[in-house]
Amino acid sequence: MVKNVVELRGVYKSLHDHEILHDINLEVREGEFLTLLGPSGCGKTTLLRLISGFETPTSGNIFIDGKNVSGLPPHQRHVHTVFQSYALFPHMTVFENIAFGLRCQKVPLPEIKERVANVLRMVKLEKYAERKPSQLSGGQQQRVAIARAAVNRPRVLLLDEPLSALDYRLRKTMQIELKQLQRTLGITFIFVTHDQEEALSMSDRVVVIQEGCIEQVGTPRQVYEEPGTLKVATFIGEVNIFAGEIMSTENGKHVTLRILDKLRKAKSTRPCTPGEKVHVVVRPEDVRVWNLHEVEDATDMFTGTVEEVIYKGTTVDLIVRLADNTIVAATEFFDEDDDRLEYKIGSQIWVSWTPGWEVILPHED
Amino acid sequence: MKTDNHFKSLSLSVIWAWMFLFALLPFCLVIIASLMSHNESDLITLPTTLANYQHLNNSTYIRIFEKSFVIAGISTLLCLIIGYPFAYIIARMQSRWKSFLLLLVIIPFWTSSLIRSYALIAIIKAKGILNSLLIAFGIIDQPLAILFTNYAVMIGLIYNLLPFMILPIMTNVERLDQRLIDAAKDLGANRFTTFRKIIIPLTMPGIIAGSILVFLPAMTIFYIPDILGGAKSIMLGNLIQNQFLISQNWPMGSAFSAVLTLILVTLILVHVWVTRGNKKREWL
Amino acid sequence: MNTTTLRNSTYLSLIYLFFYIPIIVLIVYSFNNTTFSLVWHGFTWRWYVDLFSDGDLWIATWHSFFLGIASATGATFLGMLTAVSLYRYRFPGRNFLNGLIFILILSPEIVTGAALLILFTFFHLPLGFMSLLLAHICFCIPFVIVTTYSRLISFDKNIFEAAKDLGASDFIIMIRIILPLLSPALFASWLLSFTLSLDDVIISYFVSGPEFQILPLQIYSMVRSGIKPEINALCSVLFCVTVTMVVLAQLALRKKT
Repeated sequence: MVKNVVELRGVYKSLHDHEILHDINLEVREGEFLTLLGPSGCGKTTLLRLISGFETPTSGNIFIDGKNVSGLPPHQRHVHTVFQSYALFPHMTVFENIAFGLRCQKVPLPEIKERVANVLRMVKLEKYAERKPSQLSGGQQQRVAIARAAVNRPRVLLLDEPLSALDYRLRKTMQIELKQLQRTLGITFIFVTHDQEEALSMSDRVVVIQEGCIEQVGTPRQVYEEPGTLKVATFIGEVNIFAGEIMSTENGKHVTLRILDKLRKAKSTRPCTPGEKVHVVVRPEDVRVWNLHEVEDATDMFTGTVEEVIYKGTTVDLIVRLADNTIVAATEFFDEDDDRLEYKIGSQIWVSWTPGWEVILPHED
Repeated sequence: MKTDNHFKSLSLSVIWAWMFLFALLPFCLVIIASLMSHNESDLITLPTTLANYQHLNNSTYIRIFEKSFVIAGISTLLCLIIGYPFAYIIARMQSRWKSFLLLLVIIPFWTSSLIRSYALIAIIKAKGILNSLLIAFGIIDQPLAILFTNYAVMIGLIYNLLPFMILPIMTNVERLDQRLIDAAKDLGANRFTTFRKIIIPLTMPGIIAGSILVFLPAMTIFYIPDILGGAKSIMLGNLIQNQFLISQNWPMGSAFSAVLTLILVTLILVHVWVTRGNKKREWL
Repeated sequence: MNTTTLRNSTYLSLIYLFFYIPIIVLIVYSFNNTTFSLVWHGFTWRWYVDLFSDGDLWIATWHSFFLGIASATGATFLGMLTAVSLYRYRFPGRNFLNGLIFILILSPEIVTGAALLILFTFFHLPLGFMSLLLAHICFCIPFVIVTTYSRLISFDKNIFEAAKDLGASDFIIMIRIILPLLSPALFASWLLSFTLSLDDVIISYFVSGPEFQILPLQIYSMVRSGIKPEINALCSVLFCVTVTMVVLAQLALRKKT
């Protein structure tokens, strides 16, 4: 059975009468790469600091390895933090930085040397032990920051937006490196970011946080393809939203929807009742468009006019205005030989998607 | 950590103890002393009295106070006029000589102003360098009597206190956002308008700070009037010096000090009011 | 060179000349082989020799140096403690303390001197070395605080949290992180406090006693009674010593860790 290395039960956090976190319940599994994803100000950094011990919850309990850590200061919790700015000690060498935590615990010198050498090898910085942080590049500094935390063998490593200061290319490289490092070290990582692409590409599981509440917890695929709420759907990736009504249901999963006066078959993962108002969510890459003359049976398709054609290199994005002024975004992979993709602004087209590829969500205002 | 709390408590106790003993208490004692009397055997005794403050109304004291105010005021104004362009030019310099030039301004700031005032004597006295040069160039026939006049005191004050005006203005100008000036020019302001409506208001905190740092010492550095102004020149500083160390009238001296402190607090409030829009209040 | 630069350079040069000509004259005349005249009578070390054989001056010099070292050390220690506490801790009265320090910097020396005199008399402390030491530490502390605090806020504040996270106690953080990082600022503060102490006239005038003679007060009485050439030499020496300290302090402050 996979153990829960960190558990939060009913955690609330308020500061100056302003509620930052609301009823947080979370289980972090041992050895996983968990990402806390959310926009700025959603409380994800506060949540991280509650786990690390730099803040205390207003109410609720936090457990690390089954032990209630309320009141325990950071260094007694066996979790370590890697800060966004790395926070390396500028006057110490790489070796001294990494050894710092071990020295504070009064580990004997021979053991310190061995453990530091090991972790340096893991982050591929063996030759840099005697350098000072100012002599390292951003990516190297970050690896030192991780090494400094990891050498103490924490149960969990907490990373607070560690890649946000890096440029695009370095970010991409570091994402892969971090993932590999996590596997090599075998430590549970809790990673905070506002970049959804980063969250999806690196994590075992993603926790979507908005306005202090956990909206959804799931694997990247679950969170992207099966968003549980409109908030999650709109936060992660692009999305088209249609208002609809359930007309009928069969054996719980298959439903008939009415959207914009057209009836469509769809699949629902939740139980639905006829007459229920819903929101239907379709990702742009799942939307199909056809020229008017290409389609014979258009009973479940929508007419629209092309408003914008945006060529993005790998894809072409179409902005389509439907008959009732709803705007739909459609993304297709660009194929040089396919004439079908030569849309002009103003052309009339049919818009549809494969039944089952949509997500039906409860109606929200 | 328990030891952490001990460390913090210990540090704070030491700090508060020192501040109380050597910052708060002395000033409170001054106020109290100003309300006391004195006699032949005791420097400060009961009964409490407002007599000292009433004595401030004495015409000699008022004359001295006015004189100090005027001399200090003119010196401050001249420091501002001379020092502002200087601070402005240096603050906006890009050259690599800037740190060196800065050092040359800081040196007078930290070195003994007694020594520097003494050095002035050789320049401004009747047979001094200034007069010799002026006579040599035929600008004047008779040597100017500068030493032992109010002019000498003013020159001495400006000479010593100019760095105190320059440094705060300079820090202020360095923080000036060039883009604001560019925006003004872009919108059609000429140099004079830009200076008057944008630069001066934005550097006002520095100007006020510099003025406080010049005006108060100008009124109270007693050795400058003493060695440059001669025996006749008495300013507020000499007055207080006298009361405490010659007349042994401590309550009176304390009353003067209390008045000075009041002026200081007023000027600080002006500074606070001018900088009220700024979020980051730093020490000058 | 365009006209603006020319105008600026001329203005700057004039002011710099204004600052330094009196000092240069002073130093030059300390080598002048004449008692009163300003005409050059030849180079001589005479006044410096006289200076070095003046026993009273040596005593005063030694006293001033000792006082300077003691005050600088005391002020640097207390000032550093205050700056670090202000930076790291939230405690009641923090803003009040800030305000107090601000007022101390701006307070005219004569008021501080008088206030301390009353204080020492109140506690029946005899005027001498102790009163001077306490007074000097008192007026140097604000400068140490300002210098140290500016250095502190230039650090990444996450460093202290990272250290705590890794298990360091406040004491360890102070010894292994704060002190090493602050050492240039502390060195500069010490030097600046030393020069402040060495040059102080007004406050020392109020709180000094007859037993412990110090240099600036000696110079003051010498200047008032008008014994000239030795003073030139003495002032030149003192000036050069303080300039060296100030330059060293500035170099230390400019150093990045």
